[in-house]
Amino acid sequence: MHDSDGREPEHDTHGHDAGVRGSQEPALAATRAPLMERELWRSLEDRGRTPAARVRVQAEILAPLAEPTSRRSFLQLMGASMALAGLGACARQPIEKIVPYVKQPEDLVPGRPLFFATALTIAGVASPVLVESHEGRPTKIEGNPEHPASLGATDRFAQADIMRLYDPDRSTVVMHLDDISTWANCTEALRVALGEQLAKRGAGLRILTPSVTSPALAAQIGAVLAQYPDAKWVQYDPDGRDAVREASRRAFGAPMSVRYDLSNADVVVTLDSDLLTSGPGNVRYARDFMRRRRIHEGESATMNRLYAVESMPTSTGSVADHRVGLAPSEIALFTAALAAELGVAGATRPSAALPDKAARWVVAVAKELAAHRGRSLVVAGDCLPVEVQVLAFAINAALGNVGPTFVVTDPIEVRPTAQHEELAALASDMQSGRVETLLVLESNPVYDAPVDLAFGDAMRRVPNCFHLGLYRDETAELCQWHVPAVHELESWGDARAYDGTLSLQQPLVEPLYDGHSSLDVLMLVAGQTGTVLDLIRSQWQVLYGGAGFEKLWRRTLHDGFASGSQFVPRGVELRADAVRDAATRLAGTSASGNEVVLRFDPNVHDGRFANNGWLQEVPKPWTKLVWDNAAIVSAAMAHELGVETGDMVELQTDGGKVEAGVWVLPGHAERCVTAHLGYGRRRGGNVAAGAGFDAYALSTTRSRWGGPVQVRKVAGHRTLVTTQEHHDMMRRNLVRRATLEEFTANPHFAHEEGPAPARDESMFKTFEYKGNAWGVAIDLGSCTGCNACVVACNSENNIAVVGRDQVRRNREMHWIRIDRYFEGDLNDPQIHHQPVMCMQCENAPCEQVCPVAATSHSPEGLNDMVYNRCVGTRYCSNNCPYKVRRFNFYGYQDVKTPVLQLMRNPDVTIRTRGVMEKCTYCVQRINHARIDAKNENRPIRDGEIVTACQQVCPTEAIVFGDINDPESKVAKMKRETRNYGVLEDLNTRPRTTYVAKLRNPNSELEAKA
Amino acid sequence: MSAPTGSTPRFVPQRPPVIAAGHTSASVTDKISSVVLGGTPRWLFGAFGIAFTGFMVFLFAVTCLFAKGVGIWGINIPVGWGFAIICFVWWIGIGHAGTLISAILLLLRQSWRTSINRFAEAMTLFAVAQAGLYPILHLGRPWLFYWLLPLPNTMTLWPNFRSPLIWDVFAVSTYMTVSLMFWYVGLIPDLATLRDRTKNPIGRTIYGMMAMGWRGDSRHWHNYETSYYLLAALATPLVVSVHTVVSFDFSVGVIPGWHTTIFPPYFVAGAILSGFAMVANLAIPLRHAFGLHDFITERHLENMAKIMIVTGLIVTYGYAMELFTAWYSANQYEQYAFLNRIHGPYRFTWYGLIFCNTVCSQLFWFKRIRNSVKALFVLSLVINVGMWLERFIIVVVSLSRDFLPSSWGMYFPTKFDWMTFIGTLGFFMSLMFLFIRFLPMISIFEMRTLLPGSKTKQEAA
Repeated sequence: MHDSDGREPEHDTHGHDAGVRGSQEPALAATRAPLMERELWRSLEDRGRTPAARVRVQAEILAPLAEPTSRRSFLQLMGASMALAGLGACARQPIEKIVPYVKQPEDLVPGRPLFFATALTIAGVASPVLVESHEGRPTKIEGNPEHPASLGATDRFAQADIMRLYDPDRSTVVMHLDDISTWANCTEALRVALGEQLAKRGAGLRILTPSVTSPALAAQIGAVLAQYPDAKWVQYDPDGRDAVREASRRAFGAPMSVRYDLSNADVVVTLDSDLLTSGPGNVRYARDFMRRRRIHEGESATMNRLYAVESMPTSTGSVADHRVGLAPSEIALFTAALAAELGVAGATRPSAALPDKAARWVVAVAKELAAHRGRSLVVAGDCLPVEVQVLAFAINAALGNVGPTFVVTDPIEVRPTAQHEELAALASDMQSGRVETLLVLESNPVYDAPVDLAFGDAMRRVPNCFHLGLYRDETAELCQWHVPAVHELESWGDARAYDGTLSLQQPLVEPLYDGHSSLDVLMLVAGQTGTVLDLIRSQWQVLYGGAGFEKLWRRTLHDGFASGSQFVPRGVELRADAVRDAATRLAGTSASGNEVVLRFDPNVHDGRFANNGWLQEVPKPWTKLVWDNAAIVSAAMAHELGVETGDMVELQTDGGKVEAGVWVLPGHAERCVTAHLGYGRRRGGNVAAGAGFDAYALSTTRSRWGGPVQVRKVAGHRTLVTTQEHHDMMRRNLVRRATLEEFTANPHFAHEEGPAPARDESMFKTFEYKGNAWGVAIDLGSCTGCNACVVACNSENNIAVVGRDQVRRNREMHWIRIDRYFEGDLNDPQIHHQPVMCMQCENAPCEQVCPVAATSHSPEGLNDMVYNRCVGTRYCSNNCPYKVRRFNFYGYQDVKTPVLQLMRNPDVTIRTRGVMEKCTYCVQRINHARIDAKNENRPIRDGEIVTACQQVCPTEAIVFGDINDPESKVAKMKRETRNYGVLEDLNTRPRTTYVAKLRNPNSELEAKA
Repeated sequence: MSAPTGSTPRFVPQRPPVIAAGHTSASVTDKISSVVLGGTPRWLFGAFGIAFTGFMVFLFAVTCLFAKGVGIWGINIPVGWGFAIICFVWWIGIGHAGTLISAILLLLRQSWRTSINRFAEAMTLFAVAQAGLYPILHLGRPWLFYWLLPLPNTMTLWPNFRSPLIWDVFAVSTYMTVSLMFWYVGLIPDLATLRDRTKNPIGRTIYGMMAMGWRGDSRHWHNYETSYYLLAALATPLVVSVHTVVSFDFSVGVIPGWHTTIFPPYFVAGAILSGFAMVANLAIPLRHAFGLHDFITERHLENMAKIMIVTGLIVTYGYAMELFTAWYSANQYEQYAFLNRIHGPYRFTWYGLIFCNTVCSQLFWFKRIRNSVKALFVLSLVINVGMWLERFIIVVVSLSRDFLPSSWGMYFPTKFDWMTFIGTLGFFMSLMFLFIRFLPMISIFEMRTLLPGSKTKQEAA
């Protein structure tokens, strides 16, 4: 037989071979000849149709077997086969060919990543990112340091998106009903359906998209609507921020976007808002907020102050100086009372009484706000009703905050609409049969629409449903046609960030599957040809046309955004009647009965990340719950219901009922129960399957974010898995903290236990670190517990997802964890976050006990883990006082699924079964920087190396650097009097130290508390 | 000092004999060798069958372990060590009684040891064999166990000599080697007896080879005595050193509940306590099954009970001192570790421990209990459970709650943990049954020296 790889001619130089081949050539030519005429053939026999050819083909194939075998040659062959089989067994890995580039792409050096600027969107709002690309495959997402919405950081969702790109459960093929089909068939079906609509001016055509901030997409939809004037474009996102839009329409007369400037705010009041870790702009908000809060010695000792009023405790609430838990209806009353106390024009004091604590708050907070006119901010959460939003606007306006801290701009959505109304209209149109062709572009309303719309049932009445989505989800299941969507890292696009800055999305990789983008599909609908890129370019030419466009385009492509495209603040006129109207309505309400609070899950958001193992396994703030949602209640309410954590309750609203496991959470508001949305996916993928219950079943158009609920204990138990069962610090001084006042009086409060043991207090000779000495300092006051660092670490260091059951057995693999401790009153606790990674102890207990020296010290002070040497005694982990080591109890890494192999960081080894692992301070990044520095013959610069957790941290809480360099940021932090090491008295000499936490409480409230 | 014959030495009270009256050299030899040379009693098939089933369970559990990984056990972070290390320490401890009986009591000329030393040594050997399995099985990558040995290699990589696990490797392997040699050397004269007595040609060949040409020549006896005493002298420090080194695994660590200097003596005493309990557990049924009441007499049992009183007191002192030191240290982590033993989620193990090791061992002060064979058997079982619980508390309870409350976690054994443990019990008993069936479980020639009129009797005084 001939080799097919083109090496054949070399062998032909041997005379004998050539002779044999030569004699066979005509026969093969004969067999090949008919091939030209026939399109298909099944086998060689089929090819050689003439008897003669058949004989030759057989001879060719069977010749070696046909020769008579002597005993001698048989034994020779046997011997050789045995020997080869033996040798074959020696090869541990299959042979892989490594081929150099024939044409080296520009800038690409194998082994060195490239970074490309692009953006990821949630509900249309762009998160600007830089994507690390290794030889053409994206492996890690970082924030875009130049973009005002990021400044180099991202939230946890952006970090986890890389796993969504490589999710093996992504839809890979076009589906027609339950059968695999082709794009050609689908376009044909679409053409037929649209042909019918063209005649009716599109009266039966509906296009459903998420919120659109993309000018290109909006223009394309406009082009489609121009052809089908009677068609309708519906936008729907579960987090559509309808209330905010509606409130601005009422208060300002037009739907406007609101953003906050926390860098000017001294006093911030959040009303049920997770301002710092969720929603548009959270990354920037967190940075600005913490920058105004951090105290460096020798500089002015002022901090901003945050009051959080919330039902479900959030990360934002966890860093508040004062926090009060109120049920949603009480928050509405609180806002009304606050407005009245501040003397906002049109405000009325509500008749219903507030709880004592809240009533005290109203007075104290109003006093504080009044004292900080123009330097304060009141933020109402997106889920609060329109009236509360209007009052929040009014309060800010009355305080003169509009402008300095409360910035009103043009809407970032191209067409701001009341999305729920539009969706309800669509559902009723579908019910009544007015919709004949429905295009669902990257939305999943069957799962996340209010239940009373019965969206799924309505969709069944539509004869032609086309769905475009990353997954074949609940909506796709009901559509006749499903087309796999491309991931945002696979396609061109554009979108606006929270402040209106226009970002450009560029593909990092060829679509992994036969995917299409919304733009793609809409071009087809509009009957256009060409590429998506051309479409975007032409749209951008409309926006930024004229000379120099090419330069601007290239600049934008490099930067990821059009600089200066941020929306400018707009002066607005507050409508007094809207305020009066809102205040009157709120004044009439009362707070009674139990309420359900429906909020997006801190991990899986609205459900779009339900199939993301990283996010599922990251412990949620406050609860540390993983892989589940729960009915979260306060201790008092649990007592009233007679339930404990893990018991089942039934929640019933006018929308429906669900059974849920109870989670008792200190700090949760009374009289209400929180259920996080995004779980209970019926068709979410293999990872999402079995995780949690579907809280959307409680959500109706009238009470979108919760309302009255009946809670009833039912039989059963659900094991809710948490990574941290103990939340008491046990009087151990682990998180050291003080108020600003205490700190001013006693700057050395963090060292009351006395100094750490002297450096020479050891059996072993103290090592002198002469070169670089790496260390980390963590500002505990800045940590919001948002988990971005945990996900970033997962992504950077190829950390395995182990699943719910393994986490239940305390086997999660996270190299960095955020410890959480409660302090004080069970019903109104303070919460402390403490990110814990390997302390890289100079005097490491783990190193002394490893029998094979698999963990040993580097001259730069890193506690290195040599995976290849590890035999897995786990002694190091036992002896680690911080318990930061993680063990591969099983082979946790999925090394078989090919698409996951693309996801991994090639600079970090995949750990196998039976091996210990832990934080390395991102040693791969250190090594890269060291090589660069050596090549350029210079020392490593401070800030040149950033660890993954540090890079992503929105609040700059984590600082890494060389502690031998007195000018480095980390060395400066470690010189602060508040700097301390945890468990230093064990003489571990940790390289990771903490800067004690400071709070800035209002003495008026503190005294009474 | 033992037999009620000859000159009555000073004020030694009258004690029960170590060998019943009326025996002659021939009757001793007949009696003991008949167990080996006679037919297999029917019950032995049943008993061996049960033990061997246990061994099969072990093989099954280990196959699963190698196929899937140590994740099949209940271990986790923070509790990185579970049943494997508990059972390792427990088995090693059990082995100690054998060495103590054979070596130390030999050197101290305690002639009563003669009738129990052979199978106590076998017990040591088999217990250490079980113990030796665990450190290999518990590795994440067991196929690389030899990296713990100081083998020369091209990478010039050596084990970490600072690690107590490396000290363990040396301690346990030395112990295993010396125990094996001691046991085998002691067997040689008896193997010759069996060679001469057996009518089975295969048996004759095997016993003959194992007897290494023993003919009872005086030079043979001379060499034998020299080597046996030398080995006894070698084995003696091992009784103390092995468990001391094992205790270093814990005391070198920083974990509260581990980091304590009392561990070496406390571990050794505990080892001897559990070892004697195990000897009693084995001797009592064997004596009954083979009618060896004449050789393993009431006096043997009583002596073992007395040793358990002493070692029981020592471990109780250990428990008390641990608590005292924790309180006295004023170290909150230490204090909490011990409060946690008493008040924490595993408190039942601590109460069990005190009941088994302190209360039950001290019941032997009562002569009626001490002299009751049934009570001795039951209490020995209880003490073995107690010593197992002690290791559970040290390993698991200490690890489950250490410094940072955030990383506290519980350990629950899985079915594979239990199968491995029960499996090693089966493996151990299988080896024991094979031993009593094929080798003389009591030293024939040494028993003969205990007979009235034996020349070496003066030495025994």
